[in-house]
Amino acid sequence: MITVFDRPEALTSAKTHYCPGCTHGIIHRLVAEVIDELGVREETIGVSPVGCSVLAYNYFNLDMQQAAHGRAPAVATGIKRVHPQKIVFTYQGDGDLAAIGTAEIVHAAARGEKITTIFVNNAIYGMTGGQMAPTTLLKQVSMTSPQGRDAAPQGYPIRVSEMLATLDGPAYIARVSVHTPQEVSEAKKAIKTAFKFQMAGIGFTLVEILSTCPTNWGCTPKESLRWLVDNMIPVYPLGVKKMAEGVNV
Amino acid sequence: MAKVLMKGNEALAEAAIDAGCRYFFGYPITPQNEIPQYLAKRLPEVGGVFVQAESEIAAINMVYGAAGAGARVMTSSSGPGISLKQEGITYMAGAELPCVIVNIQRGGPGLGGIQPAQSDYFQAVKGGGHGDYRLLVLAPATVQEMVDLMEKAFDLADEYRNPVMILGDGILGQMMEPVEFSEEKETLRQEKPWATTGAKGRNPNIINSLFLDPAELEKHNHHLQQKYDRMSKEVLWESYQTNDAELILVGYGTSARIAKAVVDQARAQGIKAGLFRPISLFPFPKVALQEACKKAECVLTVEMSMGQLVEDIRYNLEFKVPVHLYGRVGGMVPGTRAVLEEVKRLVNSGKAGKNP
Repeated sequence: MITVFDRPEALTSAKTHYCPGCTHGIIHRLVAEVIDELGVREETIGVSPVGCSVLAYNYFNLDMQQAAHGRAPAVATGIKRVHPQKIVFTYQGDGDLAAIGTAEIVHAAARGEKITTIFVNNAIYGMTGGQMAPTTLLKQVSMTSPQGRDAAPQGYPIRVSEMLATLDGPAYIARVSVHTPQEVSEAKKAIKTAFKFQMAGIGFTLVEILSTCPTNWGCTPKESLRWLVDNMIPVYPLGVKKMAEGVNV
Repeated sequence: MAKVLMKGNEALAEAAIDAGCRYFFGYPITPQNEIPQYLAKRLPEVGGVFVQAESEIAAINMVYGAAGAGARVMTSSSGPGISLKQEGITYMAGAELPCVIVNIQRGGPGLGGIQPAQSDYFQAVKGGGHGDYRLLVLAPATVQEMVDLMEKAFDLADEYRNPVMILGDGILGQMMEPVEFSEEKETLRQEKPWATTGAKGRNPNIINSLFLDPAELEKHNHHLQQKYDRMSKEVLWESYQTNDAELILVGYGTSARIAKAVVDQARAQGIKAGLFRPISLFPFPKVALQEACKKAECVLTVEMSMGQLVEDIRYNLEFKVPVHLYGRVGGMVPGTRAVLEEVKRLVNSGKAGKNP
């Protein structure tokens, strides 16, 4: 018998708590596949956030630290400074990274910390039940923007990747999505590139991954993928936002 | 080793290096700036790492990451910055991570001032952040003691897998005194098999304070409490002229130095006064306090707060002896003359001892 598909070694066999149709599972798998392919599972330390992926430490078969809300880049900084030869990554959502943790992500990037951030942007607070996030789109309905996000009182969505790409510290910043098999493949390539830049010691790396939240968006998994394409990508255009030299991709 | 003249903050920093600390994450705030400034120069010389963080919140979370990665690590700050660090401190207590945190106290509340105070006592000894937890809290009264306790603090942190706080104040941080560093001391080097170093040839290690199952979280809290109970053997204190004392002054740190001078002055005037100085504020030296106060008719705490230590003295004496307060705040420091007046007032009013 030939095995054509199996669980990556960097994932545990634990059943995830993610909602049906949520793309966290795909993203977890991509990160794990990249770690396996680079052969660095025993050299990698991950940091899980507060939010939907708080329990990521149960799903990655790696040394993991659980960080306070938004502080994962600071925690990762502490780990990486102690173990500069290891691979350190944070896995964070948009509430965690782009609201409460804005200072931590900006300054980790500005310092050029040699870590990788997997930034999952689903334009909403998922775990707490669908409140408005800093990345929530204008007119998007959430539990705390029930009339739809209005710029006048509620401000505008933050484009994290473009903002961080203005800094000198980052080596690689890209925005990808996982709504089709082709995009999944592109997302994996971006994650691998980010890890390679980290391993080359060149600078800070971040991959923003657009993700769906059928539960809190109030649509089916299939409708969610369509909603992401129609509404999120125009505001959050895909592509490489910054890439230093020194790594063959 | 010969004695050298050093500022308290710099002596603390050098003592940390002596104790094997190689990682410092901090943020500027007066009156503790000499600690990061000294370490910014000194740590790279010994192969260590100094990072000036974007905030106290980031700094303490860097400490969390480094401690979880198995390093001897510290941070330092003062009141407003220590308040910001409380988030990281409670996470570290919950995840059982060792580290040393220095608070060179200044006056509060709010932005308060930059002059010395002791008004962060409750914050230090009662936990400080959310949830049931304790820090080991050590309160030096001299620059030499800052050095000695700093070296001890890292060993205690590792032994109990718990944050340790050095509680100083602006006077101790800023003043210079001769100090002696121990010869290349053998610090206790605990193996840290729980640290996240990469899961090479073993199951993954997880640093975490989340327990979604209430029964599990209760069990975790019981485990922590048992640890805090075990810490009771770490009590440290100084008793001075307490054997026959009818009036005991109690203070820690800078206030205790002032109170000690008052004891001598009171004795010169025939008043049987003594001093009890807790050095470990958590665990609190309850038995030693009761022993020191066994002949006392009255106790007077001297502190640079509106009355924080005084509550614990009353509690630890089980309300058997009247406990009075002499407190100055806002950066104002108790003077020996004023404290002596208060001692005499208590004696003359028949509240303590015999009128000589």
